[in-house]
Amino acid sequence: METVTLTIKDQPGLFLEADTITPDAVAGKKTEEITALPVYVGREEHRLGDYFEVSGKAGATPAETKIVVNGDLSRVKYIGMKMTAGEVVVNSNADMYVGAWMQGGKITVNGNVDAFAGTGMKGGEITIKGNAGNYLGAAYRGDWRGMQAGKITVTGNAGSDLGTFMNGGEIVVGGDVDVHVGTHAEGGKIVIKGNAKRRLGGQMVEGEIYVFGDIDLMMPGFVYREDVDIEVDGTKGRFALYEGDLGERHRKRKGQMIYGKLYQQIRA
Amino acid sequence: MAEYLIKNGFVFDPVLGIKGDKADIAIKDGKIVETTAVKNPKIIDATGKTVMAGGVDIHAHVAGPKVNIGRNFRPEDKLFGYKAGKGIERMQGGFSVPTTIRTGYNYARMGYTTVMEAAMPPLYARHTHEEMQATPILDQGAYPVFGNNWFVLEYLKNHEIENAAAYIAWLLRATKGYAVKVVNPGGTEAWAWGLNCDNVHDPVPYFDITPAQIIKGLIEANEYLGLPHSMHMHANNLGNPGNYTTTLDSFKLSEGIKPNSKFGRDQVMHHTHVQFHSYGGDSWANVESKAKDIMGYVNSHDNITIDMGQVTLDETTTMTADGPFEHHLTELNHLKWANADVELETGSGVVPYIYSPNIKVCGIQWAIGLELALLAKDSMRVFMTTDHPNAGPFIRYPRIMKWLMSTEAREQQFDAFKYKDKVIDATNLAGIDRELDLFEIAQMTRAGPAKSLGLAHMYGGLAPGLEGDVAIFDFNPNEPYAPDDIEKAFGGAEHLFKTGVQIISDHEIVSNGNKRTLWVNAKVNDNPQVMRDVKEKFLRYYTVTLNNYEVSGHHYVPNPYVIEVDATQ
Repeated sequence: METVTLTIKDQPGLFLEADTITPDAVAGKKTEEITALPVYVGREEHRLGDYFEVSGKAGATPAETKIVVNGDLSRVKYIGMKMTAGEVVVNSNADMYVGAWMQGGKITVNGNVDAFAGTGMKGGEITIKGNAGNYLGAAYRGDWRGMQAGKITVTGNAGSDLGTFMNGGEIVVGGDVDVHVGTHAEGGKIVIKGNAKRRLGGQMVEGEIYVFGDIDLMMPGFVYREDVDIEVDGTKGRFALYEGDLGERHRKRKGQMIYGKLYQQIRA
Repeated sequence: MAEYLIKNGFVFDPVLGIKGDKADIAIKDGKIVETTAVKNPKIIDATGKTVMAGGVDIHAHVAGPKVNIGRNFRPEDKLFGYKAGKGIERMQGGFSVPTTIRTGYNYARMGYTTVMEAAMPPLYARHTHEEMQATPILDQGAYPVFGNNWFVLEYLKNHEIENAAAYIAWLLRATKGYAVKVVNPGGTEAWAWGLNCDNVHDPVPYFDITPAQIIKGLIEANEYLGLPHSMHMHANNLGNPGNYTTTLDSFKLSEGIKPNSKFGRDQVMHHTHVQFHSYGGDSWANVESKAKDIMGYVNSHDNITIDMGQVTLDETTTMTADGPFEHHLTELNHLKWANADVELETGSGVVPYIYSPNIKVCGIQWAIGLELALLAKDSMRVFMTTDHPNAGPFIRYPRIMKWLMSTEAREQQFDAFKYKDKVIDATNLAGIDRELDLFEIAQMTRAGPAKSLGLAHMYGGLAPGLEGDVAIFDFNPNEPYAPDDIEKAFGGAEHLFKTGVQIISDHEIVSNGNKRTLWVNAKVNDNPQVMRDVKEKFLRYYTVTLNNYEVSGHHYVPNPYVIEVDATQ
């Protein structure tokens, strides 16, 4: 695997929209060609090289290409957007839409990400070593196709509206989350190792939410069913199983109604 | 104005009866003229290319409140499709519910120059006109909806045709409307009561009138006035298995009524998006094509014209004044739903929809639309539409041409279906080997709709005296071509003229044109009763006053083209 290193040299006056920072865009290209890739500030088009020092060498295909991005990227959006293969390492905080509509490959962020990371994600893996903002693994505004496959792991906390319209895949948050988790979800698995606040699983049709810590307030559309002993992301324990959202439509399998499942760990 | 001479093209024109012969077309002062009438024309070399009149779309939802609801509640529809402004071209966005700017440009790129907005809620006519004036290039008109209007229901309940006609004339003037549109007659009003009208004899709650009375009454009122277009109909029971009987019942209501119009049309009913109305079976499990029954009727009754409503197998946005149908649809696909009630007049709903080639029913719908056009004995009465954006976006017209003109293209699509065999079993299309030619396409997309609209004196052909609306496509019908060449050539006109102004030159948009709004000013005898009823209803029920209702003045219709009708007797 070949590595391209991008180091930010000039901060944008507004925000830099850089959906060309993907293995797909740089694979098979020479340094001059990578430098010439388009990025946007507001309505103006610029060259990637106007803001980044480009070094290293791209692989022949996306799968053989790794991009390392250095410097303060807290004003850079769309890193790894729609990428299908290869690897991106961000050694900083990043702005919105990291790995949005990603289809494959791997993104590691050694910092925090802002909102909409992994929006509409269809595959691959995102690892965030810091905190994630709102709408992690959610759907784009108005869309009903949130995260569909792949895995997002957050070491720290995540914001509100996690996994809105999630249809598949897995999100693991090491810390706490804000309000609205798995709203409208029709599949997928959300694991929250810290505490949650309220409105978990609102209008949830199918899927699983696991909470290891506290839940401030349970949705009235969820009912307690039973206690179960299960293993979740390497942690064995006893969980209280709730099902819902009772106000939503649910399909039947072998005569049994399928609900969204919300598991809360029972601690002694 | 500049003079143009389009030389040596292969011309397809039903009005002149030219079927691909080489001919020269001259344009002067905005009109088509004899080639001898131009003195110093700019020459457009059309050697080896196809020349046709500008396209006429008889039915599309391109302006007004429900289109805008679609734009507002589907940000995902315009997520990746933006195009920045460049030169004369302004910024464009959106796919199934494009911006007004993209609407104008994309129609022009397909060689279309006239597009009718198919459903204008009268209360929101001002909005509709504002959007139309923001749509460049195209001549447009809008059809106000009448089929669930309280005035109409009350007059027609007692068969008061003269009063209904006076009200229609007043509303066309108040809204600057073009024709009488009917959507799910009575059913949308019933929806305000949580009900629907499933067939032509299903009475409307409270008003105690049947859809059959509404349909027949509106046809009679339309002919009493002698409007350019006939009554324009979206029947009850749209989109339901087994609905073809309702469609035939609706057709039959036109029997025995003769057209009364000085505008050259032969029909008294135009039935739109007939694909959605041609289903057999009694559930989605056994739904099947009844296009043969439907076309059997249409072919043998020349006082009806129809359009296809062709499913294009895209992700799109459905929108209709058929409020109960949109609720039915959101219950089926569980996607977001917008619903509106328009006071005394109509209602509407909007739901996104994905016509997937992996779903059997979508394949059947696709086949039925094509069957309608391929079973037509007279392509002057069966028009190409997608009921944009309901069955698909209008930008797919060139793809529909490909399917109509090539069995190979249809076979390719059959092969792409997940349930190919089931689709073939439920439809007739696989057994139809007819391939339309460009003359028939010109009938379906130009001369036919222009005649049906009562606009054959302006559009749809290349005869001297008609508007200078001419499209030149980079397509040589005498050379071998692959099906995809049709789609490519007719999706991007090489040159386009609108009212004598060159809009597209070498595939580039070079002018935003001089768009006009067509409306019908029907003069009737004074009718104090109807005017008193109008005043009373506005005082008692409407949320706005008459002064805030009428579309008037330069602001709403800056460049009107008024078609005068005298119905005083």
